[in-house]
Amino acid sequence: MIKHRLFWPLCVLAGLLLFNLIYSPDFFSIKMRDGHLYGSLIDILNFGSPLILVAIGMTLVIATSGIDLSVGSVVAITGAMACLSISRSADQNALMTILIAVASALLLSALLGLWNGLLVAGFGIQPIIATLILMVAGRGIAQLITNGQIITVLSPKYQYIGAGSLFTLPFSIFIVAVMFAAASLLTRKTALGLFIESVGCKPTASRLAGIRSRTVMLAVYMFCGLCAGMAGLILSSNVSSADGNNAGLWYELDAILAVVIGGTSLNGGRFYLTGTLIGALIIQTLTTTIYMVGVPPEITLVVKAVVVLAVCLVQSDKFRGLLRGRGGRGKAGNYPANREVNPHA
Amino acid sequence: MIENEPMLRMTGIHKQFPGVKALSGVNFRLFPGEVHALMGENGAGKSTLIKVLTGVYTIDAGRVDMNGQTIAVHNPQEAKQAGISTVYQEVNLCPNLSVAENIYIGNEPRSLGRIRWKEMNRNAERLLQDRLHLHIDVTRTLQSYSVAVQQLIAIARALSVSAQVLILDEPTSSLDQSEVAQLFKIMRKLKSEGLAILFVTHFLDQVYEISDRITILRNGEFVGEYMAQDLPRIELVAKMIGKELSLLEQLPKQSGEGAERCAEILLEASRLGKRGSIEPFDIRIHKGEIVGIAGLLGSGRTELARLLFGADRADEGHVQLGGYRGMMSSPRQAIDLGIAFCSENRKTEGIIDDLTVRENIILALQATKGWFRAISRKRQDEIAEEYIRLLNINPPAPEQLIRHLSGGNQQKVLLARWLLTEPGLLILDEPTRGIDVGAKAEIQKLVVTLAEKGMSVLFISSELEEVLRVSDRVAIMRDRRKVQEIQGGAARQSEVMQAIAGGEQR
Repeated sequence: MIKHRLFWPLCVLAGLLLFNLIYSPDFFSIKMRDGHLYGSLIDILNFGSPLILVAIGMTLVIATSGIDLSVGSVVAITGAMACLSISRSADQNALMTILIAVASALLLSALLGLWNGLLVAGFGIQPIIATLILMVAGRGIAQLITNGQIITVLSPKYQYIGAGSLFTLPFSIFIVAVMFAAASLLTRKTALGLFIESVGCKPTASRLAGIRSRTVMLAVYMFCGLCAGMAGLILSSNVSSADGNNAGLWYELDAILAVVIGGTSLNGGRFYLTGTLIGALIIQTLTTTIYMVGVPPEITLVVKAVVVLAVCLVQSDKFRGLLRGRGGRGKAGNYPANREVNPHA
Repeated sequence: MIENEPMLRMTGIHKQFPGVKALSGVNFRLFPGEVHALMGENGAGKSTLIKVLTGVYTIDAGRVDMNGQTIAVHNPQEAKQAGISTVYQEVNLCPNLSVAENIYIGNEPRSLGRIRWKEMNRNAERLLQDRLHLHIDVTRTLQSYSVAVQQLIAIARALSVSAQVLILDEPTSSLDQSEVAQLFKIMRKLKSEGLAILFVTHFLDQVYEISDRITILRNGEFVGEYMAQDLPRIELVAKMIGKELSLLEQLPKQSGEGAERCAEILLEASRLGKRGSIEPFDIRIHKGEIVGIAGLLGSGRTELARLLFGADRADEGHVQLGGYRGMMSSPRQAIDLGIAFCSENRKTEGIIDDLTVRENIILALQATKGWFRAISRKRQDEIAEEYIRLLNINPPAPEQLIRHLSGGNQQKVLLARWLLTEPGLLILDEPTRGIDVGAKAEIQKLVVTLAEKGMSVLFISSELEEVLRVSDRVAIMRDRRKVQEIQGGAARQSEVMQAIAGGEQR
């Protein structure tokens, strides 16, 4: 069991939850109020949903040995776009208005992803640079859309996306569930996952094997943009406003971190969506914990960094080997962690 | 012209890498005022020997004497101080710095830490004029000059540190005819000034044009040292490949019955070529025929295959295959037309390390089906089992990561990948390189069996014997040109080798 690649991430998650349980015993309590479930665990899922979405898209991009730094900006742009078109319409709560706003925002996010994909796959620009362009420019575009103001909308229907609830659970959880299932099915039930891993591992060999690597890359960057777009909708709908400046700020970093904690290598190749899910939950739990414990705001980031460092060290074979060597005890078996034979089973 | 005492003498050089004996007992002498060609096929140990000489590697055993004194170089800096300068295959200078800066980078004339620019530019100009007859503006950036001039500037840089030995590692590989002539003129001049030049190239014509002496290595071993004028081309080739000419004549003929069954033309290429890579060539491949490609490394064997497969795009000529007439624009197109290509670079262009044996096998077939029509897992398992059994892949574990397999078994997995697509033409570029004898024989047998079943095969190998054994017809490449075709039935090794060597025949 210890050899399973999800073992250590799950340990960390369990450790964080355990800490919370000791610190505040009612952490795990879930109450029913007005037909909705309330509780810290629900909050983690709810507030973590945008991050999980972004991280799902990021996983696939990283699997092609790329990276997408622009997701935070895409979050801001789609939120701004949706809020703008709603605020401009006569009836802000009309279903048609909401549908058009959501559809156009999602279309825009997919196009932004396509733009990244074109720069990377079409023009051979290094992913980190190609997406850096949109990361920087995107903030500007978002502020252009909102005219530098925070656009506020009055639309309970729009608010439902990020703050409503279905079957007593937050609606955003269902969005995440659907997207996660879609990503898993697309990559594991079709050959897309195989192609992504192949292209990420050896682009030239993949080309010679007849894979249209350019198309694969375009699709992946587009999907990543779309995921970020959905996250943008959830975030802006949750607060019924769009803030071009701060929405989705630093999301790219949390997302990359979630992917790496989940076991996907930045070198590309094999990717693990479940790992990413757990990685994102770790980060969200950590954030929630820090707020709950009441860490002074000045040192929040430091605490976060220390925990993330610990997570990374725990996952490093070398570090664990070092600990074992020093301690002189522990498991006798010298196992190659994270090396498994069949991830698809 | 040639003095009795060598300037540089390397004796009994041994160098071992994990699992490989790169050099064993190699001797090498270099006399002042001569151009000495170091010859050998890929993996013969040429570059290892050069790296030993320049201090990139340290030797395990052996002695290096320079001007009668034993020296030990531990890094390139020490080699330079000992008077050994190297110009590598790719010009490794800084394209955005000026010519003068490139020549003197690292040892600029300084006073009080300040670079004396005027003096540096003057010195650079004088150096280029006096020694290389090159009149250029040394303050312009390197990239504003042609590759040939850049090569000369690299030589100037090597000479600027009062070198006695100059190593030129494939300096002509990116030069055209007139540029080569210019380089040779300068090499002759340097030679007459007493410089000892070690010259590495794959072009036989050039070896005979410029070299005084030739040392041949094979599989890390010293074959011999010869005066260029006393060594016929054909013997040079024989020694590089490792077959004595006299022995070859006696070898019985093994193949040749295949010629009859190939009536229908499968593929025909006319005037297919790519500038700087391969001269336009014609080739015709019949159904069920095995066409061998023979030639030395760098003779254009691989380039020919890559054009046919669309891995590189041709800039003239066309291919006729079935109903299609035109150029191959991508591997994907070639695959759709029923061509398969096993690259010679198994590690970088063949296997996908992170994937399992099963996934590596089904990859090309899945690619032709597209991403949506996935091969079911059950079918994948069946395919993997079937081909593991058919090709005797060991260990017979479809879920093993391919990088854990041995070279020969990786090659078999790649063969399985392509056989699965049921190609009309299978291109095998060095399918048996670096794999053990047993696997080699298995692959050769498989190729013959496939052809009997109607598949056409283009078989490329540096092992002449192997090419002749499996092929119905052999096309011979020399200096990036297809020079001759010999029917398999009639092809004798000596005849083919003569064609590979060229020169004396005409």
